Amino acid sequence: MHGRVKVKSSAQQEEEKRKEREKKLKIYVAARDACFSKRKEGVWDDEALQLTQQLLSSNPDFATLWNYRREILMHLETVKDEDEVQKIYETELSFTESCLKMNPKSYGSWHHRGWVSARLPRPDWARELSLCDRCLSLDDRNFHCWDYRRMVVKMSGVPVDQELAFTDRLIGSNFSNYSSWHYRSTLLPLLHPGSPEPPSPCCEPPQSSPPPSPQTHSHRVCEEQLLKEYELVQNAFFTDPNDQSAWFYYRWLLGRAEREEMISCVYVSRDEERVAVVFSRPVNAQSVGLLLVLDGQPQRVEWRSVHPRFKHSPVWICDLPPGTINDISNEHNLTVHWTEKHTHRDCALYTGRNESWCRDTATDQELFRSELSVEKTSVLQSELQSVKQLQELEPLNKWCLLTIILLMRALDPLGYEKETLAHFQTLKEVDSVRAAYYSDLCSKFMIENTILKMEYAEVRVFSISDKNLTTLCHLDQLLLVTHINLSSNQLQRLPPQFAMLQCLEVLEADNNSIENLEGVYHLPRLEEVLLKNNKISTLADLQPLASCPKLKRLDLRGNPITQTTNVESELAELLPSVTDLLL
Amino acid sequence: MAAEDLPSEFDVVILGTGLAESVVAAACSRVGQRVLHLDRRSYYASNWASFTFNGLLTWIQQLQEESQPKEVPDWSSQLEEGEELIYLSSSDSSASICNLQVFCYTSEEDEEEQAPDTTEEETVRAADEDAVQEVSEAESAETREEEERRGADKGQAAQTAGEEPEAESHPHAAPSQSEPAKKKLSYAQLVKEGRRFNIDLVSKLMYSRGSLVDLLIKSNVSRYAEFKNVTRILTYRHGNVEQVPCSRADVFASRQLSVVEKRKLMRFLTSCVEETEEQTAYNGRPYLDFLCDQQLGENLQHFVLHSIAMVTADTPTEEGLASTRQFLRCLGRYGNTPFLFPVYGLGEIPQCFCRMCAVFGGIYCLRHSVHCLLVDKHTNRCKAVIDSRGQRISCSHFVAEASYVGAERKKVATPTRFLSRAVLITDSSVLASDSEQQVSVVTVPPIAAGCPAVKMVELCPSTMTCIPGTYLVHLTCQSIGSAYQDLSPLVTRMFRTVESHDKAETRPAVLWCLYFNMADGSGTEVEGHDLPSNVYVCSGPDGSLGHEHTIKQAEFIFHKILPDEEFCPPAPNPEDIIYDGETTAATGDTQEEEQSPQKQEEEETKEEEETKEEEETKEETKEEEHLQTEE
Repeated sequence: MHGRVKVKSSAQQEEEKRKEREKKLKIYVAARDACFSKRKEGVWDDEALQLTQQLLSSNPDFATLWNYRREILMHLETVKDEDEVQKIYETELSFTESCLKMNPKSYGSWHHRGWVSARLPRPDWARELSLCDRCLSLDDRNFHCWDYRRMVVKMSGVPVDQELAFTDRLIGSNFSNYSSWHYRSTLLPLLHPGSPEPPSPCCEPPQSSPPPSPQTHSHRVCEEQLLKEYELVQNAFFTDPNDQSAWFYYRWLLGRAEREEMISCVYVSRDEERVAVVFSRPVNAQSVGLLLVLDGQPQRVEWRSVHPRFKHSPVWICDLPPGTINDISNEHNLTVHWTEKHTHRDCALYTGRNESWCRDTATDQELFRSELSVEKTSVLQSELQSVKQLQELEPLNKWCLLTIILLMRALDPLGYEKETLAHFQTLKEVDSVRAAYYSDLCSKFMIENTILKMEYAEVRVFSISDKNLTTLCHLDQLLLVTHINLSSNQLQRLPPQFAMLQCLEVLEADNNSIENLEGVYHLPRLEEVLLKNNKISTLADLQPLASCPKLKRLDLRGNPITQTTNVESELAELLPSVTDLLL
Repeated sequence: MAAEDLPSEFDVVILGTGLAESVVAAACSRVGQRVLHLDRRSYYASNWASFTFNGLLTWIQQLQEESQPKEVPDWSSQLEEGEELIYLSSSDSSASICNLQVFCYTSEEDEEEQAPDTTEEETVRAADEDAVQEVSEAESAETREEEERRGADKGQAAQTAGEEPEAESHPHAAPSQSEPAKKKLSYAQLVKEGRRFNIDLVSKLMYSRGSLVDLLIKSNVSRYAEFKNVTRILTYRHGNVEQVPCSRADVFASRQLSVVEKRKLMRFLTSCVEETEEQTAYNGRPYLDFLCDQQLGENLQHFVLHSIAMVTADTPTEEGLASTRQFLRCLGRYGNTPFLFPVYGLGEIPQCFCRMCAVFGGIYCLRHSVHCLLVDKHTNRCKAVIDSRGQRISCSHFVAEASYVGAERKKVATPTRFLSRAVLITDSSVLASDSEQQVSVVTVPPIAAGCPAVKMVELCPSTMTCIPGTYLVHLTCQSIGSAYQDLSPLVTRMFRTVESHDKAETRPAVLWCLYFNMADGSGTEVEGHDLPSNVYVCSGPDGSLGHEHTIKQAEFIFHKILPDEEFCPPAPNPEDIIYDGETTAATGDTQEEEQSPQKQEEEETKEEEETKEEEETKEETKEEEHLQTEE
């Protein structure tokens, strides 16, 4: 038609493009081969710089070429004066910048830039910072740039408050950016460190002995700043409750202090002539410099963990040389030193006593709740109020429900137990994919609550039946328990950690789905094991019980194993000590 | 080129260079139609035009002079067998613009100049800037100080203009705030710097997913212009200007909303996107009822109704929801608000389409009109037109802006409605913030019963529509009385003028303002007039914030003319165009393309655009402007 612009057909365009690509490839391959042969010959000249630059600008992820380039540059450093080197590296910076424009997530380019920046005789950090800012404004989740920026900040000593303002800005423009929130969490403790004041006693639950609660305050933030952070992060999760960045940051804010490393319990048994030690975290007692002093005499003892599976464990035991403490009319003083951490714990075994211990209970240590000042308690209360408000608006939001549970636990784990359970139920329904996770978490909280109740009652009986437990934890806190009742739960196994219950005499675990008894291992006092209606099906499953010397009574009714032939005689052979067997 | 050079035969003759006409011109030319595009005015874009301050003063002056309609010659001698004549309206745009009122609230001094309200002086002021500077060099020390300060301002403007919009919010832009109370710009300075203003006659914004933006992208016309994000949505409420949180980031950062309100607002906005039964149950009932029942508090109802949906309390729910959805759909495409604004003003947009038309062979003449149509009596089709020089030009289709069609031939359902407009040059923003470079939309609900709802757009200097130290404020509403009656009460309340008495010190001062009424184009239909069947009427600007009406109209006209052609397909890349003499077999040899006249043409057009700042092409007294390309 008249006047109509004629346009090349797409086939023509394709053909042209193909030819162009071919041409490019030829040039590229030729240059690459030239580079390789030059490197082989150890040539570090300008031409090599030219060639690598040409190749890298079309393909900035060619690591070998960057390496070659660095070899050349290092060589040039030795032959040029400082001004020339400065100039060379400056052109290098603008070269990597152009590579980053090609591919802002090129590993090679960012790494090279970092390398150049570190070697630059007179670096211009302000320029580098502004480059990072530009990059992050284009893609605020470019982790290469975040890494590089951290390096620049470190090298140039940017003030912390300035960096905090930087995160303010990024969060303001897009709060779904965990990098910024995380960065904030590293800056705040530096800028507003928490004061190491002891917790005020009035908010602690009534207890017999109030020893000072030794906790460290590093990585904490002062309360005034915390309040501001709570407000900021609340704005984020009220605006978009489905965004996880804000919730994770919130959890960090609510987080507890790191526990001090300590020996939390020393237990000594006269009959078994053995000592058990509980540490605040899993350790390898064989290598941490553990020293046992008995009545002023250092003892040579062999420390072992409760189960051969554990190289690291919070509970370690040792046998004392025979005859050292078995005379009931003697009093003994025992000290365990953790030399590596300059800490120790004493324990006295009085005349006429068969056992003794010295420990900080979970309650003393506030293991399961936040250490709170009065102010902070009220802050957490109001936090709970506002998250509950959000929950009213968004009854099915999982983050919101989970946070409510965590806040309730931080405030009053026992008082909120019923509500917590209800929220867990909702969580399992709205987020069924993670139902098992919630069940385990709920189990953990129920166990914690039961430990607190037990400690409050000052008994050695741990009873947690019919609570839908799916997993066992905190077993290191149950070292002194003599009687445990786990009946009517959903447990599938008694894990190796179960062997930490060194004082256990009676194990009740009827009506579970237990098929594995791995943890019922070398329990010196265990006499009674009740496993009615579980899933124990083979003799091998019962093998661990053979290591418990005092086992007398075993109830296996309602287990598949009872259906096998000759079970009774085989059991008698495996467990000769058992006199009372129920099948 | 002289007038005699005009070819005597075209496919489409288009009269008027407003947005609708320009889009039709570009669309027709793009698919190979021979287009003649004329405008009797001396500037492009008709009532869509942007003027420099001096240009605006000239425009005002011309309107006030109320030129006598020229006697149209009798062209009946040109009639051929079986034809009849239809004369077009000869009166100027005065019919579509009325009630002009100008107020100057700044000192007129700057020494030798005075009485700027008298229009005679203003045209003189369009003089060379250097000359004026030389004069002021010789003035008192005070003036020199003034000059220095202004120089500093300029430097700052250059700096900010170069930055990305994101970067502008950086706190380091702050130093100028600490400056001691700055002296009010004088009228003389406004005139002196007048050419750095680009003052639009219409005030609209581009919805970032609206039909205009889609068309600009689809047709590649967007390459001819630059755009800025509107940076914030404001509203006027209880006597205060407040920011409306509408994007996710806004809601997060808002200090005026409680966290619960934040959640409610976000939830409401999210739920709006999808149509639900709950919503359709409210069809026909007021949107406000719906909002009330959504448990939105008073704050949020105001924001949603006035600033997001931009409707009134009695708008039906389905309409309110539709506007809310459009707002939300456009949010976040280019920035934190749904709107874009073209740098150098809205008048750029029709010109961009004209440029596109010219690149594909369209011919342009300004100050050139059509006097009458020659109609075939039997077919009732327009066969040819007679231009203002008496030349007979045959054409297959004729498109004209409504003001060219005599009232007696136009079929208008209702009496012509008018828009009330005010243009203010102020000294500061209605809501101060960290950044001075904010482009704001302010929605103002009726300040009293019976008053119109007003849409206000405040432009900062980085939009290249006003000079540093000033803001350009556009107010628009449906007319109830004259523009002055409709808008001046609001201006008095929100700004500082001689009329505002109470403690107005914190409000922006108005340096200069203009009120006028413009015909609302939304009532004009494309067809159905007492005109031949191949004659189409384009309406002028309408009162809505977006461009939907106009673009829809242009597309409609295009499909009337060329039912089987694509509307504005993408313009090919210059390297994909085959030129005469080039072999059709692709050789990949791009050398000869450089010499191609069409490409040169395109480049020239671009160049012309780039140099626009320097040479005031629009002000030049061109007899006519041909942008002709090779056949």
